[in-house]
Amino acid sequence: MTREVTPTQPPAVEVSRISRARMRPTGSRRELFAWYLMRVTGVALFVLALAHFSILHFIWDPAVQTADFIAAERWNQIFWRGFDWLLLMTVLFHGFIGMRTVVMDYVRRPRLREFTLIMLYTLALLLFVIGTQVILTLPMRGA
Amino acid sequence: MSRIPLLFRYRGREGMVAWAFHRISGVGIFAFVVLHVIDIYLVGGNPKLYDEILTFYASIPGRLLEVVLGAALLYHALNGLRIIIIDLWPRMTVHHRFLWWACWVIFIVLGVPGALVILRPVWVPLLQQLGLIS
Repeated sequence: MTREVTPTQPPAVEVSRISRARMRPTGSRRELFAWYLMRVTGVALFVLALAHFSILHFIWDPAVQTADFIAAERWNQIFWRGFDWLLLMTVLFHGFIGMRTVVMDYVRRPRLREFTLIMLYTLALLLFVIGTQVILTLPMRGA
Repeated sequence: MSRIPLLFRYRGREGMVAWAFHRISGVGIFAFVVLHVIDIYLVGGNPKLYDEILTFYASIPGRLLEVVLGAALLYHALNGLRIIIIDLWPRMTVHHRFLWWACWVIFIVLGVPGALVILRPVWVPLLQQLGLIS
């Protein structure tokens, strides 16, 4: 078995030799913060994302979920709008920090990496804006 | 050896497979989230177009993709919890292989009934045609 080629920059995060999980980073506050944020949002998503998927696939069938259904039923309560907005926030942080890790693993050329990350963060900001906008502005039928 | 993509290069049993699946499912879910935020945005901006997209989600190919999405989500959730358990409780590293197989047991127990519910429009008409249910 050959060893991996040593990358030009040392990786910011060590990987466990046994479980292959990323170890708690040392020496970089930013990486440590990202590491914790992934785990905190991960636990939150375990509840939020699985509940969201279950409600909208097992309780309601996708066939009935028209735009009218969302305005008149699903988002007719502040609670479910808040729930879905919280899901949007956690999924954006978790998804985009996760994709940042993927980009840093595979995109090695510094300029290309910087460009890819800027595009990634721009997409995150765009999704934050349009997602928040539709949750806040879609008229509430029942109110 | 170096020609093999990093994702598939052998680096050790269950831990490596768990990691590869976690990454593949994560990127897949990310792609769906981008699509899903955009389609929900259309509920406010262009409800007619949203309803058209919905007919795909409710179709049989759409449902098959939803089962794949649900499987990716469930695997990523369970394996993510396994990672957090090992991180917070390093002694569990000894049992990481047991935890990995426990993930798969829960995956099958929750996932198979879930897939059957989503795929009702596939197997209900089939059983009706065979005369097994009315």
